[in-house]
Amino acid sequence: MTWFTPGEVPPADEMTGEWWDATREHRLTVQTCGCGHRQHPPRAVCTGCGRTDALTLVEASGAATVDTYTVVHRAPRPDVATPYVVARVRLAEGPVLLTRLMAEPAIGDAVTVGWVDLPDGRALPVFTPARPDEETP
Amino acid sequence: MSTGVAIVGAAESDLGSTGLSTLGLQTQAVTRALSDAGLTLADVDGIATTGVSRFSATQLADHFGIVPTWTDSTFAGGSAFEMFVARAAQAIRDGQASVVVISFASNQRSARTRRLGGVFEAWVPEAQFEEPYDPLYPASYYGMAAQAYLHRYGGTREQLAEVAVAAREWALLNPEAFRHDAGRITAADVVGAPMVSSPLTVADCCLVTDGGGAVVLTSLERARDLRRTPVEVLGYGERTTHTSFTTVPDLTVPGAAGSAADAYRRAGITAADVDVVEVYDSFTITAALSLEGLGFCGPGEALDLIADGRTRPGGALPLNTTGGGLSYCHPGQYGVLLLVEAVRQLRGDCGRRQVRGAEVAVAHGTGGILSTHATVVLGVAR
Repeated sequence: MTWFTPGEVPPADEMTGEWWDATREHRLTVQTCGCGHRQHPPRAVCTGCGRTDALTLVEASGAATVDTYTVVHRAPRPDVATPYVVARVRLAEGPVLLTRLMAEPAIGDAVTVGWVDLPDGRALPVFTPARPDEETP
Repeated sequence: MSTGVAIVGAAESDLGSTGLSTLGLQTQAVTRALSDAGLTLADVDGIATTGVSRFSATQLADHFGIVPTWTDSTFAGGSAFEMFVARAAQAIRDGQASVVVISFASNQRSARTRRLGGVFEAWVPEAQFEEPYDPLYPASYYGMAAQAYLHRYGGTREQLAEVAVAAREWALLNPEAFRHDAGRITAADVVGAPMVSSPLTVADCCLVTDGGGAVVLTSLERARDLRRTPVEVLGYGERTTHTSFTTVPDLTVPGAAGSAADAYRRAGITAADVDVVEVYDSFTITAALSLEGLGFCGPGEALDLIADGRTRPGGALPLNTTGGGLSYCHPGQYGVLLLVEAVRQLRGDCGRRQVRGAEVAVAHGTGGILSTHATVVLGVAR
């Protein structure tokens, strides 16, 4: 998928490296705590229970719904084409991601993950309309 | 109720497109506010400011040749100044400071320092997980909040535009307003303006101007001996909710509700007691959400509340009586000017835009991307 060219994405750190490594295989993951809490982005502590030793990355289904969105008409950097859609999508697993959508959606639309590859081998999750058989219940 | 602390001086710096430096504008704001109070720099032992440099209050103390016994440089965007009022009141009551100046100034218009994408430090999670998608900061967050709000409650962009239309009506009465001579606007003008981050057009977004202001606080006891009518700090409250675009579950529910509830409880008032309202209008949606948080109506009712000119001059709920960030002045962190105007309204200094008989005012600041919320209740016995 090459419908936009991201700017430079900062390197991962010890909290986020594993999440980014999964994107190299186009796998979307969600940090999950032993207490059951799920959160994004991955961090060193569970915001549900405060533990630092029970966090693991769990594979996400890639299914999400559009929470809200905006169509951006002014470029924040020189080499980005306008207009484009920035959205909040809520994963079926619960956490919300900021992302791009290819076209203006409606709030509540079902979407599914796709990938834009970065030059360093990592990939950015983006979302496209879900096919009917992929819609979240 | 009273905190025992009062605002005794208030002033603006030059506003608009000044060609001046940030410290030059700060100097104007601080010395004018002290002059208004009948005090001098030698009386000041507390400084609260932000946006000066990495060491903001330290920088300003050095600039003025002051060795403060108390400072605060909390960076909380536009709401910092309402937070400073709380901290200053606490410091004055505790005896750590006797005269505190809260100030801000920016030359962002002259210096062309504003960036559409905002500033993300490379080491914060937002730089890895949000900035790569090119949201405008803060406009895209407010755009998404507006989109969610209009979808959830079925409002229209034209109804939301009333915030900007009413702000312009007030600006026409304020000679200091950037858009004082720009004439009236209609809802059609607002929604028909160039789109920035949908559904917000450039007319839903605040100005980008130079400007600044300062307020001077001391104990109510000392205030009674000074030249101006003291404006009492009756209550304050704050909430800090997030920095990320994705943390808050529902963008239509602002932290303002908590900050206002705390401020009203301390002051012993309800929204019905408020005569004049100065809220942060970085965007039209910011003001609408703040009115709900401040309890002037229920969730989803702001667009009905502001309909029929109710917040315009002469309306039942005088709102942003300077013309606000939308039509008066927005130097990047606008919160100090909310305090300046609330004080002036309570003293009866406002000429053609004066709200008659105003005894209780609310100043409510919002910082970041609906990140920080701080409410101050001020009162005067007339």
